[in-house]
Amino acid sequence: MDVQFFTAWIEEIARAVADGRDHLTRLDAAIGDADHGSNLDRGFTAVLAALAATPPETPGAVLTLTGTTLIRKVGGASGPLYGTAFRRMGAALGQGDADVTLAGLAAALDEALAGVRKLGGATEGDKTMVDALGPATRALAEAADKGMDAEEALDAARDAAEEGARATIPLQARKGRASYLGERSVGHEDPGAASTALMFRALRAVAGR
Amino acid sequence: MKKLINSADSVVTDALAGMAEAHPSLRVDVDNKIIYRRSAPVAGKVGLVSGGGSGHEPLHGGFVGHGMLDAACPGEIFTSPVPDQVIEATKGVDGGAGVLHIVKNYTGDVLNFEMAAELCAEEGIEVAVVLVNDDVAVKDSLYTAGRRGTGATVFVEKIAGALAETGAPLAEVVRVGTEVNARSRSFGVALSPGTVPAAGKPNFDLADDEIELGIGIHGEPGRTRAPAAPAREIARIAMDAVHADMPLTGDVLVMVNGMGGTPLIELYVVFAEVAAYVRDKGATLTRSLVGNYVTSLDMQGFSVTVCALTDELTRLWDAPVETPGLRWGR
Repeated sequence: MDVQFFTAWIEEIARAVADGRDHLTRLDAAIGDADHGSNLDRGFTAVLAALAATPPETPGAVLTLTGTTLIRKVGGASGPLYGTAFRRMGAALGQGDADVTLAGLAAALDEALAGVRKLGGATEGDKTMVDALGPATRALAEAADKGMDAEEALDAARDAAEEGARATIPLQARKGRASYLGERSVGHEDPGAASTALMFRALRAVAGR
Repeated sequence: MKKLINSADSVVTDALAGMAEAHPSLRVDVDNKIIYRRSAPVAGKVGLVSGGGSGHEPLHGGFVGHGMLDAACPGEIFTSPVPDQVIEATKGVDGGAGVLHIVKNYTGDVLNFEMAAELCAEEGIEVAVVLVNDDVAVKDSLYTAGRRGTGATVFVEKIAGALAETGAPLAEVVRVGTEVNARSRSFGVALSPGTVPAAGKPNFDLADDEIELGIGIHGEPGRTRAPAAPAREIARIAMDAVHADMPLTGDVLVMVNGMGGTPLIELYVVFAEVAAYVRDKGATLTRSLVGNYVTSLDMQGFSVTVCALTDELTRLWDAPVETPGLRWGR
């Protein structure tokens, strides 16, 4: 996975966020404040502009620029959280321009997960993006250990993220704005977990090209 | 949906342009979305910066001026500002005595202000934070993000701002701001939801004969739903929640705040009930505020905020203030 791959991933996320904007906003309207789709869309539109203005030359630089731009443009909780996730991944991949292995990607995602957990204070089961990011990261690491090829491994990561997002439906939120609703947050998919699953779908889609 | 907007994407900057035209006492950086007091930075004075999502006007930009905030950073509608705004505003109001960030307790506001404060500290600006979390509708527990910051934000900004105006050092301004928050409680009720321009439709559905209890200020649903009732009963529900958390006693400052879509006459109906409740509990209503101060776009409803006053807090509340949203004594 080279710099073109990671650039294509971010572009695919931007396209999917634009397409899924209303869906994400509807999920957020149920248990939050109805802006998750529009905030991420604004953020990734800015990311596309930043990538086009100064195309990064390494995989790490693509992800770092993505994260920095999200922090600068999104606001809310999702800006710092996704921004930190991408910046941590970028830092973990370092400054080299070598192809990233599955194990390397899994390690970078593990850094992203640690960063998100530290910043937001959420653990799995709190009904947040961590409920998708955690299982997907583990699934990718296991797949890499088993020596699966990229498409199989990213299938597993995507499936784990989607399953994790679905599994937030019966949960009561303990972090973020949905937690104010108490028991009324039960029965709704967490929008942050849903957008995380979208990013893993985009990753798998790019690997299949 | 009918709204007085040009486009959903430009609401915040279009409104900032209007504030700039209307208030010569302010300096509005429309591009970076920062509202400054024209005299900022005031040499030797602690600078006060607040901010948060837009849609709560006059909070926060309407409270920039003499005796209150030095700068406000409005984010998109109901979305916290980004760190760049807060960093720029902090630098712009630093008069050498340090800068206080007044932050409402929402995950997004806290994270973005934290990131900004870290970067400002690295550049040598002394930054302190007062976190506002006065909403008794949310249990402060491991199972929530903690109590929301709502009406008490106005009290903290006014009283800390008054103390800063006297040239008090940062630690003192932090102390008094923290004390105001600790002595304040709020509870909100909605009769109808608000409509975010970008969403184009109300955030939740509420039948004609239903009200939503324990709402926040971002159009999110509240804790429970209840049948509509006379103002007296609704006021009692709100005040019972406040009183259960902080028994009413001594001198109190009470604000009955409109959520944006409720006529002032109804707010006064509620205030009469709230005042009777306070008297009935044996407390003394010595200061009051009735109007739209912390709104939630066009939501109908009100919130009530009570602050248990001390002599010092009363004196600072009475001190001169000159902002678009609050103005007296000058």
